[in-house]
Amino acid sequence: MDFDLTEEQRLLKESVERLLADRYAFEQRQAYQKSPEGWSRELWRAYAELGLLGLPFAEEEGGVGGGPVETMIVMEAFGRALALEPYLSTVVLCGGILRRTGQKELLPRIADGSLLLAFAHGEPRSRWRLDHVETQVENGRVTGEKAVVLHGDSAEKLVVSARDGKGRIGLYLVDAGATARRGYPTQDGQRAAEIRLDGTPVEAVLAEDGMPLIERVVDEAIAALAAEAVGAMTALQELTVDYLKTRKQFGVPIGTFQALQHRAVDMLVATEQARSMAMFATMMAGEEDAAERRKAIAAAKVQVGRSARFVGQQAIQLHGGIGMTAEYKGGHYFKRLTMIDQMFGPADHHLERLAEAGGLFD
Amino acid sequence: MDLRFTPEEIAFRDEVRAFFRDNVPAKTREKLIAGRPLDKDDIVTWQRILNKRGWAVPNWPVEWGGQNWSPVQRYIFDEEMQLAPAPQPLPFGVSMVGPVIIAFGNEQQKKRFLPRIANLDDWWCQGFSEPGAGSDLASLKTRAERKGDRYIVNGQKTWTTLAQYADWIFCLCRTDPAAKKQEGISFLLIDMKTPGITVRPIVTIDGGREVNEVFFDDVEVPVENLVGEENKGWTYAKFLLGNERTGIARVGLSKQRLRRVKALAREVGLMDDPRFREKVAAVEVELKALEMTQLRVVAAERHRKDKKPDPFSSILKIKGSEIQQATTELALEVAGPYAMPYVPPQEGRNEPPIGPEWAAPLAPTYFNWRKVSIYGGSNEIQRNIIAKAILGL
Ligand SMILES: Cc1cc2nc3c(=O)[nH]c(=O)nc-3n(C[C@H](O)[C@H](O)[C@H](O)COP(=O)(O)OP(=O)(O)OC[C@H]3O[C@@H](n4cnc5c(N)ncnc54)[C@H](O)[C@@H]3O)c2cc1C
Repeated sequence: MDFDLTEEQRLLKESVERLLADRYAFEQRQAYQKSPEGWSRELWRAYAELGLLGLPFAEEEGGVGGGPVETMIVMEAFGRALALEPYLSTVVLCGGILRRTGQKELLPRIADGSLLLAFAHGEPRSRWRLDHVETQVENGRVTGEKAVVLHGDSAEKLVVSARDGKGRIGLYLVDAGATARRGYPTQDGQRAAEIRLDGTPVEAVLAEDGMPLIERVVDEAIAALAAEAVGAMTALQELTVDYLKTRKQFGVPIGTFQALQHRAVDMLVATEQARSMAMFATMMAGEEDAAERRKAIAAAKVQVGRSARFVGQQAIQLHGGIGMTAEYKGGHYFKRLTMIDQMFGPADHHLERLAEAGGLFD
Repeated sequence: MDLRFTPEEIAFRDEVRAFFRDNVPAKTREKLIAGRPLDKDDIVTWQRILNKRGWAVPNWPVEWGGQNWSPVQRYIFDEEMQLAPAPQPLPFGVSMVGPVIIAFGNEQQKKRFLPRIANLDDWWCQGFSEPGAGSDLASLKTRAERKGDRYIVNGQKTWTTLAQYADWIFCLCRTDPAAKKQEGISFLLIDMKTPGITVRPIVTIDGGREVNEVFFDDVEVPVENLVGEENKGWTYAKFLLGNERTGIARVGLSKQRLRRVKALAREVGLMDDPRFREKVAAVEVELKALEMTQLRVVAAERHRKDKKPDPFSSILKIKGSEIQQATTELALEVAGPYAMPYVPPQEGRNEPPIGPEWAAPLAPTYFNWRKVSIYGGSNEIQRNIIAKAILGL
């Protein structure tokens, strides 16, 4: 057993963190968010140069052959910086699907930053059920509605799930320009889109029986989000401790009040518990036994979601009025953490799944 | 002990309920149910409807338009108003500065300000907090210097709710910088149109605009706008802050929110999920307990001799705010994936909604409602009060 990073992983961590420290200060982030696309093409190119966009792909596919640990490292840094780029959609979700299906020629285009993708799976009535797909595919054409598609507005191609005549949920590649899209910002400053497909032609069949693959990449995405949440939580927890040390009331720093000290300690405990489970999720994201993997990922989502909620709420509380303002970075962490808890189902949803699957220990 | 309302109280409740049912403007009621922000007009219109009925300021003395209601009747009135739902009267005039003027102001101030508060001809805001004076309010620095028949006010207030609409602000200002910090403060009434006042909006995390910074740069205030005595402002401020005893729990509001959560959860099929039903029921149990606690406080009111703030109100504040926040978390869960899209509150009324229309305000409300455990004395400060005043620690 070894929790240490390898030399290469350490270098990766340092270079991502340096890039973001230089170019992702909070004011810059707010400027990227206000730009028409809502994120930075320049940073996207910088990620490509660092090899981040080809992280999980094999070298012959233009990638660097990284695994879940590398993804964890990058996502944690993104969490700390509140990064806005479509990494989860393009690299983790769609990259994860394309590298396991016949479309390997697209991978170098993801890696070099020239191809943006979005995973168009959720639907207006699906809520968190992964197998609720009403969209139909027939004679090479897809018809249906996709809801809250992350970064669906800037994607060039979409990986769409649809049911065929045999009732199978498959995965299909379509040109995003051949759909009707309505893009919008999300509560945490990211982007998403509502997408309508009306006989949109299929460019490539990725999987006719796609459920196992969907579950797999969603599990990987949850592991990645867990790492992102840990990055955000750590930064927010540190921000709060700094504030407790500097904000004075009653003539003393408020951090001298024991009630607040204990609360800050509980925030640290929650963050560390989440960090541990994000590591567990990272370790289990590659597990071949789908049932075991799903339980582990659900467990991680529960812990991370609960910690995220606690740390987010307490951070606002301990900041007082300042925590409520849009000008302050803290509130943006809180909102991102809230939405990460929501994505792919909140903590209690996964708790229920885990309990139904028999729990973690025999 | 009989925990039921008397027949007279029930008759009163029915009367109030019918009035609210028939008189809250439909567009205002819809906004309240949906959790969308009210505009100035909604609040002013409603206040005038209440005033016409004689119910604008029921907690004031009869000579100033009040009702001689028992504590139970006042409780019923507040509860029914929240349940209806009807807008809460703007507290800054009716529950804050009004009672201070009644208790400590002079006749001329009463005649000048009270009727206009009751009818919301003047919109008041509360200038207490400053950047350096939040929980430690008495450390405030905004200075008022007496020059002949005027005060010259310099300094800054912050978190001033709805100052953008305000005609008047009541301010705590330091008039004697040499005195102990609680002893050099005065309570001034300041016309917002006076030269030298600047209002700057603060956008909150939900994207809303409800708070502001208010800057004072050599603002001249006639001495006749001093309430009570100079340097006695802290006493009046304590009176003001302790005045609201039963309203703060907002039991009716939480009931109305839970009703809404259940209706929406039914719509999306979530009420079929026993786990979700249990979570709702658990909040309902807490709320029922709070309601009974509140009724105990209301009933005890009859026996109170002094007008000192009741430390029990801190219990109501803590629990009430926690329960309100819990209802917003349940609503967020009901929204599901459609909690995510951000729809600016003012815009988009003409565009079709993203997902179900009711979903858009739910995440912003969750974010925004973190405020209720911060303002009006944070929940930590309330715990300090209980520890000291009830437990003697
Ligand atoms: C939405 C909103 C509307 C508001 N509207 C108004 C308004 O209209 N007019 C107005 O005057 N003010 C208003 N306020 C200000 C509000 O009253 C203050 O925010 C509140 O008093 C807390 O002060 P602060 O924000 O400076 O936080 P601080 O006092 O700096 O507190 C920061 C943290 O330290 C904790 N803390 C402080 N002292 C202690 C202690 N002794 N023991 C333990 N913990 C402690 C607090 O509980 C909090 O968690 C509003 C605030 C908000 C958020």
